[in-house]
Amino acid sequence: MQGRLGTRIAQIIPTLLLVSVLVFCLQQLMPGDPAMVLAGEERGDPQVLAQIRAELWLDRPLPVQYLHWMGNVLRGDLGYSWRTRQPVSALIATKLPVTLQLGTMAFVFAVAIGVPAGIVAAVQRNKFWDYLANAIGLAGLSTPTFWLGIMMILLISVDLGWLPPSGYVPLTEDWRQSLATTIMPAFVLGNAIAAILMRHTRAAMLTALDQDYIRTARAKGLSEFAVVLRHALRNALIPVVTLGALELGTLLSGAVLTEQVFSIPGFGKMIVDAVFNRDYPVVQGVVLVTAFLYVMLNLLADILYVVINPRLRGS
Amino acid sequence: MLRLLLLALCLLTIVPAVSQAQTLRIALREDADLLDPTLARTYVGRIVFAGLCDKLFDLNEKLEIVPQLATGYEWADPVTLIIHLRQGVTFHDGEILDAAAVKYTLERALTLPGSFRRSEISSVDHVEIVDPATVKIILKSPSSPFLSQLTDRAGMILPPKATEAAGKNFAQAPVCSGPFKFVERVAQDRIVLDRYPGYWDAANIHFDRVIYQPMPESSVLLANLRSGTIDLAERVLPTDVAQVKADPKLRIVTSPALGYEAITFNLANGERANTPIGQNKLLRQAFEAAIDRQAVVDVVFNGMYQPNAQAVSPASPFYIASVPPPPRDLAKAKALIKQSGVPTPIVVQMNVPNTPDRAQEAEVIQAMAQEAGFEVKINLIEFAASLQAATRGEFEAYLIGWSGRADPDGNMFSFLTTGGGQNDGHYSNAVVDAALTDARKSTDLAARRAHYETALRQLRDDLPLIYLESPVNIVGMSAKLTGFRPVPDGMIRLQGLAVTK
Repeated sequence: MQGRLGTRIAQIIPTLLLVSVLVFCLQQLMPGDPAMVLAGEERGDPQVLAQIRAELWLDRPLPVQYLHWMGNVLRGDLGYSWRTRQPVSALIATKLPVTLQLGTMAFVFAVAIGVPAGIVAAVQRNKFWDYLANAIGLAGLSTPTFWLGIMMILLISVDLGWLPPSGYVPLTEDWRQSLATTIMPAFVLGNAIAAILMRHTRAAMLTALDQDYIRTARAKGLSEFAVVLRHALRNALIPVVTLGALELGTLLSGAVLTEQVFSIPGFGKMIVDAVFNRDYPVVQGVVLVTAFLYVMLNLLADILYVVINPRLRGS
Repeated sequence: MLRLLLLALCLLTIVPAVSQAQTLRIALREDADLLDPTLARTYVGRIVFAGLCDKLFDLNEKLEIVPQLATGYEWADPVTLIIHLRQGVTFHDGEILDAAAVKYTLERALTLPGSFRRSEISSVDHVEIVDPATVKIILKSPSSPFLSQLTDRAGMILPPKATEAAGKNFAQAPVCSGPFKFVERVAQDRIVLDRYPGYWDAANIHFDRVIYQPMPESSVLLANLRSGTIDLAERVLPTDVAQVKADPKLRIVTSPALGYEAITFNLANGERANTPIGQNKLLRQAFEAAIDRQAVVDVVFNGMYQPNAQAVSPASPFYIASVPPPPRDLAKAKALIKQSGVPTPIVVQMNVPNTPDRAQEAEVIQAMAQEAGFEVKINLIEFAASLQAATRGEFEAYLIGWSGRADPDGNMFSFLTTGGGQNDGHYSNAVVDAALTDARKSTDLAARRAHYETALRQLRDDLPLIYLESPVNIVGMSAKLTGFRPVPDGMIRLQGLAVTK
């Protein structure tokens, strides 16, 4: 177990190095000269362009640029945004909690809707509630985030005036306002995942309900409630939990669109703006931190899996 | 008990004062860049500066130059400008705004690494302090556009002490002399400014706080405007105007903008210039004759923009009324193609930045040009990539706009003179070069107009660019807001803006 963990941790460093090289090279492939974007309407002045390139090391060879950046990263300096001159680490520190809050709320939504709906669908197999849950699940999967977001804004904010249409208030500033600004985007973001969770819960429950131990439990005279929740669900949840952990990654990427629609100043919005503005240090910093989070989440999932499933401990 | 009663009384007197505190929320179409007038580059940044930094001069609705931090000016000779400064003006940190601050600011713009103002005021030779309220600017050569540069970021005066102390970090907490002072900025979310009590024109300021919020998505912006979460939105899309107008709580204010939309042709920039339309002006004339500008405006811009065949807007005093946009003439277009001897269909590949309105505009033009015998191939391309392609000459035709400047020089010189920085098609004509250079040197309005007309006549024949239309600034706002001044530069001036009960 410890050896396995050690290997996994040792794998993190080359993974992150690979990501950093990849993101560095990939953005060089993007057409569009960052100096020209930065120069704005002064882009026609070769002097201005040369000055920007010199200041940002863009006139040096690529490997030199990479090593310069990597050297700073290893010293804990992610550089500063070319567009606003704010330090990238400070930008990440202000944006990450926003996306984490949004992601957590979305995940809570997804689990709160998806898992019970999956259970009901499995128990009521091929009956009205099953069809209804399936229909809603299918609709949830196939509704574009963008469209759902705009529709909710129009209905709930513009017509009914219940919630603010966009923006964000930090939890620490005013928790009520914070919830008011994030509840709609969290629902929209959680919606597709709820549908996936529902379908997987249903499938896993159906498999579990067909097992011999369920028949035994019923034969013992246990109530249907206890059979479903205590015996079937427990076993059905193992694949669902794994799936949930994987979907946390989807949440991070899904936040890109949701944050755009609701004008939420989170991670997703930051990276989109940075790409369009060719703000390389921000793109690199965000991708690197995201990759780090992914790797850590995966490691955590691996550890949890071993903890949950004793049979894996020996291997 | 008495103490409690007193406390309650105090609170009661405080509460109404707090409830009167008014916040103005302004939606911007994108996030601003650096909040340092010397280093800033973006249009939205200028809108924020309108609240943060006063300028030596301002523009009024008729595009006339009016004093702001200055009280007046005179030209001692064609290269010596004397500016009289308003007395008693202080910066947000209390420092006095005087001639030394003006000298410092202009010199900073000329010497600071990365300064984007250097090219705007490169005609400055040196600055002299006459007395604390008078400054003398000596130019290298006569420059009529110079004064208009001082109505924008180059004319925003900075406090020498605070600016020096902040160094490269000035943009993180800018100090200026405008009606509002900097409070905080959360990137991509908001820029907050609070009323500066020491502002010289405080009687004209009716808000305690201004919050600028970037909202690039037009449907989000519209929803916020309609739900009342924002009070004012700049650059509302022409296609959204009907919805705003239908809402009794909102209104639309328009003003002619300073910029233009045009098709730039590659005439001599690299190999892609070797196309029939790049080498033969008859074909460019035919292309123009095939375009119905009014129809383009009606279909794409909801009829709100103005068809135009010149680089300056019809609102400018330099607009030549005797050169109206020609109507569509398909017979003429076909005759010109025949005269050129080039077999049809004539293929024209057009780079188009990937925004919905430009893509639609390109499609309308494609359909019109096809009837004359042109096969327009639309190459939709992301904005940053399109700029690079233009500079490198990787285009045959390029549909692009320019936000425009108050002085016509800013709309023409670098785009049309030989070797000009934004002359992507590498157009070169001695008559145009001479006329635009002479217009720069002359300070007489009539003489300048004559020079611009000379250039325009030549441009109408050569057609290095086909100017299509002049945009309109469309501002959507709460119907309760009064005192908004629609100036063609599109800036949101906070002086006089108020809420009626």
